[in-house]
Amino acid sequence: MPKSLFEKVWERHLVKEEAPDHPGIMYIDLHLVHEVTSPQAFAVLEERGLKVRRPDRTFATIDHSIPTLQFKQGVEEPPYFTPEGKSQVQTLQANAKKHGLPLYDWDSEQRGIVHVIGPELGLTQPGMTVVCGDSHTSTHGAFGALAFGIGTTEVGHVLATQCLLQRKPKTMRIHFDGQLAPDVTAKDMALAMIATIGASGGTGYVLEFAGPAIESLSMEGRMTLCNMSIEAGARAGMVAPDEITFEFLKGRQYAPKGAAWDAAVEDWKSLRSDEGASFDKEVRIDASRIGPMVTFGTSPDYGIAVNENVPAPQGQPDQDSLKYMKLEAGAPIQQAKVNRVFVGSCTNSRMSDLRAAADILRGRKVADGVVMLVVPGSESIRVQAEAEGLHTVFEEAGAQWRLPGCSMCIAMNGDKGEPGELVVSTSNRNFMGRQGKDVRTVLASPATAAASAVAGHIADPRDYAPAAAETKNVA
Amino acid sequence: MSLDPIQTLRSQTIAMPQENIDTDQIIPARYLTTTTREGLGKVLFYDWRYDVDGTVKAEAVLNNVDPEGHAILVGGHNFGCGSSREHAPWALADYGFKAVLSTKIADIFKSNAIKNGILAIEVSPEAHAWLMDNPGAEIEIDLEEKKVRLPNQMVENFEIEAFGRRCLLDGVDPLGFLQNSAEEIEAYEARTGKHAA
Repeated sequence: MPKSLFEKVWERHLVKEEAPDHPGIMYIDLHLVHEVTSPQAFAVLEERGLKVRRPDRTFATIDHSIPTLQFKQGVEEPPYFTPEGKSQVQTLQANAKKHGLPLYDWDSEQRGIVHVIGPELGLTQPGMTVVCGDSHTSTHGAFGALAFGIGTTEVGHVLATQCLLQRKPKTMRIHFDGQLAPDVTAKDMALAMIATIGASGGTGYVLEFAGPAIESLSMEGRMTLCNMSIEAGARAGMVAPDEITFEFLKGRQYAPKGAAWDAAVEDWKSLRSDEGASFDKEVRIDASRIGPMVTFGTSPDYGIAVNENVPAPQGQPDQDSLKYMKLEAGAPIQQAKVNRVFVGSCTNSRMSDLRAAADILRGRKVADGVVMLVVPGSESIRVQAEAEGLHTVFEEAGAQWRLPGCSMCIAMNGDKGEPGELVVSTSNRNFMGRQGKDVRTVLASPATAAASAVAGHIADPRDYAPAAAETKNVA
Repeated sequence: MSLDPIQTLRSQTIAMPQENIDTDQIIPARYLTTTTREGLGKVLFYDWRYDVDGTVKAEAVLNNVDPEGHAILVGGHNFGCGSSREHAPWALADYGFKAVLSTKIADIFKSNAIKNGILAIEVSPEAHAWLMDNPGAEIEIDLEEKKVRLPNQMVENFEIEAFGRRCLLDGVDPLGFLQNSAEEIEAYEARTGKHAA
């Protein structure tokens, strides 16, 4: 019987089939751990006298509560926002040491946001099961892995047994027909996808993204798209691995080498949905009709093209949302004044994101009164961006160049907006208060965010062609 | 951690009609800096209950209802979406909630809730509408029979994952269940070449 990509990966990881009275037992190949959702899980191990079953499949990093302000590493103490944040990092340091887990700590050249470094290190591979106590674990599905976020109790289950209890979810294939227009990015695809199926449209499903626009999408773009599966309610999103995937992975630290690489690629090639595979639901989206997108409400499914007007509210939730956002129905969204711009997060902090923002900022200035933060996803990205001179572009434009971390995406490290401010953000959530109490968030791509920083209001990146447009390729 | 078994929950409701109540509303991220799971009830729905300067918002529903006797939260569609933070059910449980009802409840929240003794139950739009129109109604959730009984004689059958239900009814410990499968896990690792090097 023809099988979907999801079914193939699912079946490979069943330790025990599910039955009416119990879920299946699923084996976890890769467990990523960070400082915010792990302390209580390690505490359970402590209470029960348990060890981490597979320290070799468990990797830890610090990202959520750490400062991104520049400081002299090894000389100065990191400028933690709160003593509690520091305590979380120290707790993870102690737990990693006790259980023999690799920790990408302050002194690591590979430290970064958990969903950025997994792929960077080659830890994330096609066909794997990947979990982390973080809902954006869906990012890793870009490699054809089954990757999803879990709660802290389940973090404890995986630490102790390398397994999870899981019922088989439903499947939905989202087929992107055609190709994206130039200047339209994976972030715009993600926002269009969520606007299409809704913030709970994916609940109970694993998504598979397919079609011509996916096949030609870069790995970084696929990560951005899969990252935001959770914003449609789906725990996981997947893309079948292909030559683009293999090219990305080849030579990375944890990727197989030599004959093992050849064998792995041969196997990975089988990880695609068979002709005739059935899905519980199928959705088609015309990629060629997607433009640069922004959100106008307090749920990620409130998305419109940047050149559209704010839609009229239909019902109480829409009215509440517009009232919080202080946006006027019927007015062009581009009239909205911007106070702050954030380029970063596990959604959009990779090299292509930073280059897209820099292309627009080069030779331009961030508008008066606008504060702009650019936060790379990892130390590797920071180093590469600096080698390319991107930090100079940002700083000359008047933006702040920071150290890697989750920063203003979750706003628990001191990087946040002030009450009432409007933030154009490349992150993933526009929930009320997500970026600081009473802060209004507009989600957008790095190009749209950079254009908005220059304009001082929400802006269409196509109106801000790179300064050296005649010689540079925008993509 | 094993939970006290639950069979029937009878309590008054608190209604929060807003749709898409995400876990950042339930507990804002700045309160996630804890390393324990206790005491989070005081920051539950913090930004809904308090102004920027910390003054109590008089209109907030939680500031007008005694948590005692109101252990059932009825939320708008797509309750618990967003972040996977288990701090959300920890805060709800610490505040005194034992059940959440909605027309749709997000996957990760639902999975986290049941592990902390909070029933996360999806009800029909009709029952939901009645509950929203009648906040404070005393209702009964019967986990054994999988029924919600409303005071207007409406009876709702609900679905709940069988194993999670057994954990709540009988105090079964899911981690213990996994640990008891150690031999099967080892056999899987041997069969697939995933054993430790």
